[in-house]
Amino acid sequence: MTFNINGKAFAERPAAGQCLRTFLRALGHFGVKKGCDAGDCGACTVYLDGEPVHSCLVPAFRAEGREVTTIEGLASGNELHPMQQAFLDAQGFQCGFCTAGMIMTAASLNQAQRADLPRALKGNLCRCTGYRAIEDAITGKRDTEDGHAGCGVGHNVPAPAGPDVVTGKARFTLDVAVEGLRHIKLLRSPHAHARIRSIDKSEALQVPGVIAVLTHEDSPKTMFSTARHQDRATDADDTMVLDTVMRYIGQRVAAVIADTEAAAEEGCRRLKVGYDILPAVFDPEQAMQPGAPLLHGDKGPDSRIYNAKRNLIHAVHSEFGNVEAGFAQADAIHEGTYFVPRVQHAHLETLCAIAWLDAGGRLNVRSSTQVPFLTRQELAHVFDLAEDKVRVFCERVGGGFGAKQEMIVEDIAALAALKTGKPVKIEFTREEQFIAATTRHPMRVHVKIGAARDGTLTAMQVHVVSNTGAYGNHGGPVLEHACSESISVYRCPNKKVDGFAVYTNTVPAGAFRGYGLPQTSFAVESAIDEVARALGIDALDFRRRNVVKRGEPMIGAHVSPDDVIYGSYGLDQCLDLVDAAMRSDSAGVILPPEWLIGQGTALTMIDTVPPGGHYSDTYIWLEADGTYAMTIGTAEFGNGTTTVHRQIAATVLGATPPHIKLTQSDTDHGGHDTGAYGSTGTVIAGRATQKAAEALRDGLLDFAARHSGAARADCALSDGAVVCDGKSIPLADLRQAADVAGVVLSAHGTTNGTPRSVAFNVQGFRVAVNRVSGEIKILKSVQAADAGTVINPMQCRAQVEGGVAQALGAALFEEMVIDANGRVTNPTFRNYRIPAFADIPRTEVLFAETSDTLGPFGAKSMSESPYNPVAAALGNAIRDATGVRCYRLPFKPDRVHAALTAAAG
Amino acid sequence: MDLNTITEVTRPKARGELAPWREGDAFLGGGTWLFSEPQPKLTRLIDLSMLGWQPLTVSADGLAIAATCTVAQLDALTPPVEWTAAPLIGQCCRAFLASFKIWNAATVGGNICMSLPAGPMISLTAALDGVATLWAPDGTERRVTIADFVKGPLSNALRDGELMRSIFLPTAALTARTAFRQISLAHHGRSGALVIGRLSVNGAFALTVTASTPRPVKLEFDTLPSLEILHARIEAAVADWYDDIHGLPAWRRHMTLHFAQEILAELGGAAR
Repeated sequence: MTFNINGKAFAERPAAGQCLRTFLRALGHFGVKKGCDAGDCGACTVYLDGEPVHSCLVPAFRAEGREVTTIEGLASGNELHPMQQAFLDAQGFQCGFCTAGMIMTAASLNQAQRADLPRALKGNLCRCTGYRAIEDAITGKRDTEDGHAGCGVGHNVPAPAGPDVVTGKARFTLDVAVEGLRHIKLLRSPHAHARIRSIDKSEALQVPGVIAVLTHEDSPKTMFSTARHQDRATDADDTMVLDTVMRYIGQRVAAVIADTEAAAEEGCRRLKVGYDILPAVFDPEQAMQPGAPLLHGDKGPDSRIYNAKRNLIHAVHSEFGNVEAGFAQADAIHEGTYFVPRVQHAHLETLCAIAWLDAGGRLNVRSSTQVPFLTRQELAHVFDLAEDKVRVFCERVGGGFGAKQEMIVEDIAALAALKTGKPVKIEFTREEQFIAATTRHPMRVHVKIGAARDGTLTAMQVHVVSNTGAYGNHGGPVLEHACSESISVYRCPNKKVDGFAVYTNTVPAGAFRGYGLPQTSFAVESAIDEVARALGIDALDFRRRNVVKRGEPMIGAHVSPDDVIYGSYGLDQCLDLVDAAMRSDSAGVILPPEWLIGQGTALTMIDTVPPGGHYSDTYIWLEADGTYAMTIGTAEFGNGTTTVHRQIAATVLGATPPHIKLTQSDTDHGGHDTGAYGSTGTVIAGRATQKAAEALRDGLLDFAARHSGAARADCALSDGAVVCDGKSIPLADLRQAADVAGVVLSAHGTTNGTPRSVAFNVQGFRVAVNRVSGEIKILKSVQAADAGTVINPMQCRAQVEGGVAQALGAALFEEMVIDANGRVTNPTFRNYRIPAFADIPRTEVLFAETSDTLGPFGAKSMSESPYNPVAAALGNAIRDATGVRCYRLPFKPDRVHAALTAAAG
Repeated sequence: MDLNTITEVTRPKARGELAPWREGDAFLGGGTWLFSEPQPKLTRLIDLSMLGWQPLTVSADGLAIAATCTVAQLDALTPPVEWTAAPLIGQCCRAFLASFKIWNAATVGGNICMSLPAGPMISLTAALDGVATLWAPDGTERRVTIADFVKGPLSNALRDGELMRSIFLPTAALTARTAFRQISLAHHGRSGALVIGRLSVNGAFALTVTASTPRPVKLEFDTLPSLEILHARIEAAVADWYDDIHGLPAWRRHMTLHFAQEILAELGGAAR
């Protein structure tokens, strides 16, 4: 018997309990992805005798003698399947990790299924797009255009990786065959707080195939933070590769390295660990109290923990003016306590890495990371290696959303490679993503806002308690950010902020799109809505009166740093755009009487760059064939920056975008890149590319002038040539001449991330709420974005749509539930629902017309911020429809029903 | 996902070839649940797919569904015209959280034997007076109604080594008028309440409540009851409304009572 895959026979045999997905990948079909490994996400969809199935659920032996078709076999010959072409034309992807499964499913649909995509696509999850672009693809819309020479910026240039993404050839982190690869599995703590008394690894070491067991005895003693920032001192050093103290259920106890995953798993099961159980605390308010169990009481001041004796990783206290006096002047005050729970990024490519030592003994780490350069620095620090003895890189990353601004797998992979000398792989399961990666910081926000009858704010006060979990990664800066732009966007003479970021014995929180602002914006924007209502003023008018105008100081927990300037200002336009859009079709739909209709809005501001410096380098040169090549530091994980960088360089150089080759996110390229976080891929790294391209252009023209004898002013670049005094010299010839003359036609551009600007988003919703069931229908969704110059409208729109979709997941149903013992009870997609096609309405995306003085070609950041106003706008719409304020996310029907019932008395 | 502790798979082609049951065994139906979660205690799979059971058998007596019949096969059934309850089949298939791709592998018997509150094949077969035939390892067999088979979440009447062979739905139930109501916290999500009303030709009424309760609750009446009586019977029958991430108990109760009212109205009985 044989296995027939894409028309080719294979004689290999699967293991008895192996699923088809891993069998196909072992045979080199890397287009078959693992998103959940549990049948929920559809990324592994293949055909079995022509029928689409989730290959992670198919026992491999059942494929014997049947025809298996993977994405690699969908096309016939060199022709793309029409559905592949459709996904290219509409750019129906961002990170592309779900795309193979999405295309396989879409290509299998019959007419009836195509007419009901919400149902037909319920088994395919995409975390990036918000599904509009996927719908465009399946319904045959073309959204891309071919950028022509010199006109890159402002055009819907397609992503360079598109053809590889739709054919399954795009290489994500683990899509490589490595000779002799060993596998790491982690034993995880079953206790929320415990000290390891003993680890007996003798039985584990006897498991055939196990080559090593690593425990705290093998761990470097250097403390670090998994969070990565430009300045490593931004985060507290409270973490070790392998510690003796377990501080949450799911923390690493030990690592087993083996020839197969099966042996590594068996090794983990054979480890005998003795624990001394310690008292645990799960509620941040309790954890702050005197006498609460201390998580990091053993740490000294060099850890940079704000107050380890009170479980405080960080605290913020400030007052401007006098809020008591301000509230005394108010004619209307709203006070309420809002709660945002723990949610997970749910990027479809789980955390993973491959590490090995090369012939020179240098540590190489191929990782799914947003921060290869910072990870290299920290690996060198933790393992006491020279930086040039460590290389970190990534190719295509399957989604990030901030989750990969961390070093969560690279350290243990590095330790395993260094200890065994073998190439090693670690791949998180979906369950591990929930119990042992990072999450958004749950926050309880008490807000009090007052305003005078004339609609002027008199006082704003917030009290924030953020739960950072067992480790402090990002805990401090997220709290700072939470207490900044959500408040500083309003002009108000009296402001008071108290914020606490608190350790608890729960899975650590970390960086997540919006970085604290979604939590506090939910509270502040809900309160603003209530105060406007109390005064009888339209909420958008109320905001117009009170938002900061260009040039006014921005004051949150602190006065905004000097390097934050109004490089442009489009908030007024955003408010007007949403206002007009919401008024344009207010007649609305006819629904049965149990549906209550209302609308709501919210705004947010965001600094375009994180504080503390954000660096990037681009190197660009003319190739011998007359095309350009460049290296950029920033990583591509669906944000579309690769496309944007090409457009920027093409515009500067007068070239056609595909004539610019680009490789990225590899520390071996030299220079530095702080990382693809804080929405910096365009504004920071893109600016470096612009500078590099401009320098290369100048160098080319200088040399062309000398070479041709024409005046410099009479030389200009065109596509593939330089025109000197009317005479066209092909760039390949120019390069040859430069080589002869000993002139190097290459250039470097760099940026440091300061000064910074501000960007704005305004969201509007019209909803219908079913007063019987608590269900919510979104009748209209509109978001206005102040993105400065929009370099790629198709992609920028898609970023907004994706942000709205991800935020809607958190607003409508996403919630990690932690039980009384500190255990995550719903670590699967079937119990932690992320939005499917049916859940997401189409959002009308409107752009303000601004041009920023700082970003490349006037562009501003627009990746994180579309998320931020969504929950508040939705809550305000529900309030408008029902008269009831919902104070906690998510607005699930059972909770909305409870709130309506409670309000009805 | 890979089930790495599995060392052996048997693929019997007849009942006589079923290996003696031992600890660490699991029957493999569609595999859509078994392969969706770690199963570290399992060492052997007994594959039921080679037994060659006829998926669906329509007769004058009713519908026999093999436990290995896939959801897709059941959904594709062309029923006799007099089976007025047949639309329930499609309605219940569409109440699956899982997509049509899973239907290609998932089996009716597997869904019932999972015994989750939201198992839509439980809803369907319980509402239509389904009776399961169970095969014991000693070669005997017994019959249990689906309503009695499911004991609670992940708990049922199966004994060690016992196997569900088939489910039979009688014509009397299939020729009834039915009304179906279902709700979940998200579009096409896992059911938080799934309520089926059935009005038989002889005027008898049955209400089957699933998803909102830990196990199916079936209430039978000789004639259509008043809303007050129906609600009182529901309240009396349900001690604990199910509580998990897919719905708060109070909401499940509320929706169940609301659906009961709608079902009564639809089937032509109670005054509103």
